[in-house]
Amino acid sequence: MLNKMTLTMPWSGMNKLTLKPDLGKKLMVHAVLLTYTVIALFPILVILINSFKTRKAIFNDPLGLPDASSFTLVGFEEVLARSSFDVFFFNSLIVTVLSLFFVLLFGAMAAWALTEYRFRGALFIAALFAMGIMIPIRLGTVSILQLMVDLDLVNTRTSLVLVYIAQGLPLAVYILSEFIRTIPKELKEAARCDNVSEYKIFFQIVLPLIRPAMATVAVFTMIPIWNDLWFPLILAPGESTQTITLGVQQFIGQFVTDWNAVLSSLTLAIAPVLVLYLVFSRQLIRGLTAGAVK
Amino acid sequence: MADVQLKQIKKSYGQVNVLHGIDLDIKHGEFVVLVGASGCGKSTLLRLIAGLEDISGGELLIDNKVVNHQPPAKRGIAMVFQSYALYPHMSVFKNMAFGLKISGKDKNFVREKVEHAAKILQIDHLLERLPRELSGGQRQRVAIGRAIVRDPNVFLFDEPLSNLDAALRVQTRVEIGKLHKDLDATIIYVTHDQVEAMTLGDKIVVMNKGRVEQCGSPLELYRHPRTQFVAGFIGSPKMNFMKGKVSVKTEGSIYVKLADGVEVEARVESGAIAVGEEVTVGVRPEHLQESLHGEGRLKGKINLVEHLGEVSYIYMTLTDGSEVVVRGDGETEVKVGEEIYADYQPQNVHVFNAQGLAFKRLTAAEADAPAAAMIRQAAGGNT
Ligand SMILES: Nc1ncnc2c1ncn2[C@@H]1O[C@H](COP(=O)(O)OP(=O)(O)OP(=O)(O)O)[C@@H](O)[C@H]1O
Ligand SMILES: [Mg+2]
Repeated sequence: MLNKMTLTMPWSGMNKLTLKPDLGKKLMVHAVLLTYTVIALFPILVILINSFKTRKAIFNDPLGLPDASSFTLVGFEEVLARSSFDVFFFNSLIVTVLSLFFVLLFGAMAAWALTEYRFRGALFIAALFAMGIMIPIRLGTVSILQLMVDLDLVNTRTSLVLVYIAQGLPLAVYILSEFIRTIPKELKEAARCDNVSEYKIFFQIVLPLIRPAMATVAVFTMIPIWNDLWFPLILAPGESTQTITLGVQQFIGQFVTDWNAVLSSLTLAIAPVLVLYLVFSRQLIRGLTAGAVK
Repeated sequence: MADVQLKQIKKSYGQVNVLHGIDLDIKHGEFVVLVGASGCGKSTLLRLIAGLEDISGGELLIDNKVVNHQPPAKRGIAMVFQSYALYPHMSVFKNMAFGLKISGKDKNFVREKVEHAAKILQIDHLLERLPRELSGGQRQRVAIGRAIVRDPNVFLFDEPLSNLDAALRVQTRVEIGKLHKDLDATIIYVTHDQVEAMTLGDKIVVMNKGRVEQCGSPLELYRHPRTQFVAGFIGSPKMNFMKGKVSVKTEGSIYVKLADGVEVEARVESGAIAVGEEVTVGVRPEHLQESLHGEGRLKGKINLVEHLGEVSYIYMTLTDGSEVVVRGDGETEVKVGEEIYADYQPQNVHVFNAQGLAFKRLTAAEADAPAAAMIRQAAGGNT
């Protein structure tokens, strides 16, 4: 459900591309966008309001707002008291942030190398990354599990971070390459004339200029990782390494589901991604290269 | 001292040969202007000197050392790009200081240096701004400032003024000229602009299709273009060209019969010319005078008159259909559709053979002083 949030992203970036349409067209576009926003936000809204309601109220009137008689915090109390919510939360956060950091760093570095330098095997590496975009990493789950067993990494957060880096890298390289290609080559040449080393060109000139693209990639990378249930379940199901999506599952039973707890933990789980999203979206400054050339 | 020497410099991109062996000798402190049609390899040559591209053949010497395989930073050059290429996320100060800072210079030294350069270029009040908050001319000056602070031996400018409006162009051109005197540095400057080339250059290099067509002082190129290409390139408006056949040949002067029957006299070294040879005659618009009376030698119909104030340019079509531009009086009263005559001095006429090579015009002194030419003729000449 959080995936929906990312979808508003490319649009906010693409607004600048639309060539002043006439009013009727504008209204149409906005109508479509608004409808989509409502559809996308609806489930989240339902989770939010129901997490503050008693179990009875949830079932009687799922869409009603909590009132004096139905308002309760029992779900939150339960989540915080009965489970090791803080551990799950911390696990999710550390796994997401670490994976994100490395995907961005390695993704940008690989993209820079592939676009800027000519070397033997460049095409092969680029093809591998392209394949990584097309083939879902889950197809390799069995071998990944075997590998992790051999490396003695099962039930560690490291295993998750490694898998997520592999999962996020191909798309990151692809998107960032496109952006790096748009940096005028004179900028790099000017820097080379200035005796700036290749590393410094990358870190001090290229990275700052692709910040908006990095933010886009960050959002695209972060949300699937935060929401993933598959790899935590397979690689790190232990009590101390569970992530929050896995942790929530303990409230969903075969016969009874503690809806208060489920909805409350989901509500709590939204918060950090929301914060990260806000952080990144602030980086999506337009026209960062304005003034560089011409 | 930073002499720059190019010896048979070649450049090819894969199968495509872009430069076919360029020889140039640039002395320390010289201001050399590269001109030539679009795509003839000016930028490529500049980038080879800068070290931004690999040299495919030949030798490049800066300060008498072969630098073919040295990175740009080691060559003691600074390049100012046509597109400015300022770092967009850094303030003006940081843009100018970046290179110095990277090379580990002391902070105060850097500040002093940048402020000094900013003062010269009159951008000292803009140091805290970002490039996008500057006008085109200011950006250009920041780009030049970034080059100055590094104290390079050789400045490379690639069409630095082409993005500026006319007024700013003139102003910046004057500034660059002053800068050259102040800095005592070698400058290699690419431009499309006639005026920039003529006013700034100690030496102009005319390039054509990856070769040096001619190289010399502005006046030399103007007076004695070695080929028809150079003749057409230097001077504005362009030199008029008319095809014809050599009809009479004497010592120190020939007559060329144009397609419409008019005979044009030219004072050129006639030794290598054969009567009947097909040649092209060239006369600059400023060497043609309009005259309403029949004594003029070229006759044509006016199809456009441009009044520029102090002068006017009269575009006329000769009877054989070729177009000729005449520089007329600023307040000329001639009208479109009228027939006029254009007069010229024989010593101002250039003649090119079928391959586009010029026959040497008798030197300015000889041509300007008919007496000298007569003495020469009397002595039998040496051709
Ligand atoms: N990377 C490249 N690969 C192949 N050909 C190139 C490359 N760069 C330049 N060329 C070719 O080299 C020739 C010279 O280019 P160059 O940029 O030096 O021209 P120029 O004289 O600077 O032209 P302008 O006045 O338009 O700037 C052109 O024909 C161009 O197509
Ligand atoms: Mg060029």
